[in-house]
Amino acid sequence: MLSRFLCAAGFVLSIALPAAANAQSLPSFETGGKLLLTRGISNVEGAGGGGIVPWALITGNETDRGIGGTAYTSAVFLSDFTVNTYGVAVGFYDRFELSYTRQRFDTRDAGAALGLGQDFTFEQDVFGAKLRLFGDAVYGQDSWLPQVAIGIQYKDANRDAIVRAVGARDDSDIDVYVSATRIDLANSLVLNATLRYTRANQNGLLGFGGNLEADRTLQAEFSAGILLTRRLLVGAEYRFHPDNLAFAREDDWFDIFAAFAINEHVSIAAAYADLGSIATFDDQRGLYLSIQAGF
Amino acid sequence: MTRLFFLALAPLLLGGPALAQDHPGELPVDPYEVSNANAGADPLAGAAVYDAFGGHDGIERVVARLIVNIQADTRIEGIFRASDWVRLRRTLVEQFCYLLGGPCDYTGRDMTSVHTDHGITTAEFNALVENLQLAMEAEGIPFRSQNRLLALLAPMHGEVVTR
Repeated sequence: MLSRFLCAAGFVLSIALPAAANAQSLPSFETGGKLLLTRGISNVEGAGGGGIVPWALITGNETDRGIGGTAYTSAVFLSDFTVNTYGVAVGFYDRFELSYTRQRFDTRDAGAALGLGQDFTFEQDVFGAKLRLFGDAVYGQDSWLPQVAIGIQYKDANRDAIVRAVGARDDSDIDVYVSATRIDLANSLVLNATLRYTRANQNGLLGFGGNLEADRTLQAEFSAGILLTRRLLVGAEYRFHPDNLAFAREDDWFDIFAAFAINEHVSIAAAYADLGSIATFDDQRGLYLSIQAGF
Repeated sequence: MTRLFFLALAPLLLGGPALAQDHPGELPVDPYEVSNANAGADPLAGAAVYDAFGGHDGIERVVARLIVNIQADTRIEGIFRASDWVRLRRTLVEQFCYLLGGPCDYTGRDMTSVHTDHGITTAEFNALVENLQLAMEAEGIPFRSQNRLLALLAPMHGEVVTR
């Protein structure tokens, strides 16, 4: 599975890098230059975007002449669980993005109730790649065409035996998605729609595929925000999820967020997140916080 | 002398289109055809945003601050070092006034020919946007009105950025 991911990433790189580095000698690049907030924040899977949805924007402060990077950490404090993530990402020429994230899902008291043990954790690695295809969310204000990117995420959950025992078909898999992002400056709006082909259960933390649905399905994800200042975006996101496992219902995810760029390097975000029912525990809601630093 | 002679004759020879006039306090410019199409975007319908900017006076204050910001910004100050600031200020005010639906005509050159020799990058374009945002903020222009102007200027990236 990993070799399939590396093969796909290599294919994307082979398209992106020569196009970006043409004429110039390869080692010459700049850093910085993006406008505030136009790199997005880091989504829960490490991609440049909103909090739970990957956007077509490329992470890092770089422009088409440079390379940028971001590092972030986030936490979601739910009724019965805590989700921590941290990760790094690199943006190349505002065209291509590579990311890595580690997700940690702490079952707290619920772990004991589920017979797993107090504070039992599920963890997962997410390797992501995203290629911007066409459109320009920032400068294309005279066009209805959004900025469109295609992305892949290789996810590898660490509790192989348990996720198979609850009905998952696999403990690692690939998500493929297409995102369309439009910054409608005349109305101070940021809009995103993503279509994801996935069989991840709870983002992959509970494995991939299940006894209700074994295969990938198409899932839609949406973000909409309004710019209140050039540093502050507030909005909401909705992410449809598959429901593959018989042992526990899986709900869609929803959040209301505020993202604030302290300066060109550091952004913070806070949200109220409603992740629905997780592993038979209903109404998992709570505060989401994240901080991202980048260049 | 020959050049001046032809300059004076040009409107007659071309049979109509208005050519740029010299303005007091400005350096002479090569002749070009004056047209609002040179402003690089279609103006807003109605004067609501123009009014939100505080009309012509408000736009003049924003442009004055913008120029102060540019001159202090080491990222882009060098691009403007040889500029005719008097002319730049006048044509910027005209351009913003025209684009925002105000009662102005733009008499400057088109975006491509003004910027073509400067080798401007996206980072430098964005630095100018930032300086304009700071100028509008400092002059108390409502944020949503700021973005109406930026939405008209942003697509000029295609003509301004050549590197």
